[in-house]
Amino acid sequence: MEAPASERPQLKFVIVGHVDHGKSTLVGRLLYDTESLPPSKLEEIRKASEELGYEVELSYVIDHLEEERSRRITIDTAQTWFKTPEREYVIIDAPGHREFIRNMVTGASQADAAVFIVDAQEGIREQTRRHAYVLGMLGIQQVLVLMNKMDLVNWQKARFDELNEELSGFFASIGIRALGSIPVSAKLGDNVARPSKNMPWYTGPTLLDSLARLQLTARPDNLPLRFPVQDRYTIDGRAIIVGRIEAGKVRAGQEVVFVPSGQKARVATVEMFLRDRTEAEAGESIGLTLEGDPAIERGQVACPVDAPATVGSRLSASIFWLSDTPFRSGETLRLRCATQQVGCSIERIERLTDSSTLELIAENAQSISATQVGHVILRTDRPIAAEPFAAMPSLGRFVLMRGHDVEAGGIVQRIES
Amino acid sequence: MALTKLDELESKSIFIIREAYHQFPKLGMLWSIGKDSTTLLWLCRKAFFGHIPFPIIHIDTTYKFADIYRFRDEYAKKWGLRLIVGRNEAAIAQGMSPKVSKLGCCGALKTEALKQLIEREGFDALLLGIRRDEHGIRAKERYFSPRDKNFQWDYQNQPAELWDQYKNSYAEGTHARVHPMLHWTELDIWRYIRRENIPITSLYFARNGKRLRSIGCECCCQPVPSNASTVDEIIQELSTTTEAERAGRAQDKESVYTMQKLRAMGYM
Repeated sequence: MEAPASERPQLKFVIVGHVDHGKSTLVGRLLYDTESLPPSKLEEIRKASEELGYEVELSYVIDHLEEERSRRITIDTAQTWFKTPEREYVIIDAPGHREFIRNMVTGASQADAAVFIVDAQEGIREQTRRHAYVLGMLGIQQVLVLMNKMDLVNWQKARFDELNEELSGFFASIGIRALGSIPVSAKLGDNVARPSKNMPWYTGPTLLDSLARLQLTARPDNLPLRFPVQDRYTIDGRAIIVGRIEAGKVRAGQEVVFVPSGQKARVATVEMFLRDRTEAEAGESIGLTLEGDPAIERGQVACPVDAPATVGSRLSASIFWLSDTPFRSGETLRLRCATQQVGCSIERIERLTDSSTLELIAENAQSISATQVGHVILRTDRPIAAEPFAAMPSLGRFVLMRGHDVEAGGIVQRIES
Repeated sequence: MALTKLDELESKSIFIIREAYHQFPKLGMLWSIGKDSTTLLWLCRKAFFGHIPFPIIHIDTTYKFADIYRFRDEYAKKWGLRLIVGRNEAAIAQGMSPKVSKLGCCGALKTEALKQLIEREGFDALLLGIRRDEHGIRAKERYFSPRDKNFQWDYQNQPAELWDQYKNSYAEGTHARVHPMLHWTELDIWRYIRRENIPITSLYFARNGKRLRSIGCECCCQPVPSNASTVDEIIQELSTTTEAERAGRAQDKESVYTMQKLRAMGYM
């Protein structure tokens, strides 16, 4: 029996696209048309719009910082909720300016799906392409395209078709296949929650109908066990290793191997406070006790003995630089993958590309700047457990730290000893 | 068996609590004794199998409801909590109260009291039960959020946070606010309270046609009209209401950006 909508996991989608193409307005429109806005909130928006001398501005639903409203842009990512009879949604709004790309990536990395907005009048712009690249890098498979502001192009089908053709060519080059494309006006509401009377030539679903068809990102239950150890506690004299199962299942009595160390152990018990469990699955935060109580520390990953993660210290990877301060050859970094953290260096920047134009900037480059993508060889100070992103997402993605900050996100293609 | 929404929310929160404990040698949890932080406390008990290894902090303005103090002392004892109470004694002695100034009172008795406590106890991070859906400005928060020595929140320049890799390195003098329940909604909280049977102060339940939906100080909280006198009835009420959760909280009302300013100065 299927659980009621309120008890099923929510679908999280991020709204991306170039600055001023209508992302925040769309959020306001969705909340407004699904009657998710409290009267006091509408009143507050009316008041704030008035103070700044604008008409009622739907984007204020989510653009909450004073600076966001006076500059009429989104600076930071934010999340809000709405529900339909079928299910609940989390909307992640992401800023469109290049200077706020770090916030955009932060927002998009938490999404199951993306709504990709293009201003029908302005067409495909720099951040349109960059955001598409980021979605591809993050592995977001479900993308819905909205051609917005159709009211400004006289609701013309020809313009809609032309943009779709241009966009699908670009999407194909980065491996994204859109689930559909919808002509809308977020400002007026056409094809958002209600079919448009202005575009009788469009007979496809509205945005709300399309959202209902999106799938949750599947929990990788069918993959082999990956249990990255977060910590080791002693509770009432017993050692318990804790963590979240990132893939597969674990049960009491099972033999596992910890990588990168290679140490084997048998699971004695599965521990969850106030619960009586003998097994657990992907997504659950649990504890394990081990027979013989071997000293397993944070950073080890429990795997099935016959299907362990690969271990190595040389990674072939793509990294997306987020920081305003460029990376320069020779700098040392720290790599964090699941609960592992090791020092690392970039041995070679084989190719450097622009994340918007996808043009090759340089081969064997010496530095990487914000929004550039480096196809690199990374060398870690000691061996780590890692896998290609396509095969095992949780051990195939990592961040790079420099000083106190997360400076880049990366995707593993290959790992070698 | 597929995880339910509540399972997913709980699992992520426990993961974050354990990350914070691993990372910060001097961690504490702020407990206002309301529904959110009591749920956070419950999640901490789960994360550490009933043995929370860090202190639980109550910032006491002295203007709290009587049942808050009773509930605090009863469960601090029952759950074996290491309770620390923080009060700005100097400001209280000088007669600071909401009658003097609402913003000033929040600043002195909450924010300043917390500052004094952090300095005295040397905390490097605090767990807080705030949620994105409470207020537009909280929707912009990160799970791990740095605060400088003057308590300032640099909301224009927040750290990147992706793939559950939270900021784990901080400049000297900075402390971190950790928000393990950022992704929960008000309804999620009540559904989880029902599922787990978490004890909660009776102030949330309707008496004489009114109940408190969000609890702060006695003087600055207005009850909302309601007949919901059980957890089930509250869930029923919230499933249909369109009124904002903090509609009864004075701090949110002085001006549109009061909350942004309070938070930038270190308000919780």
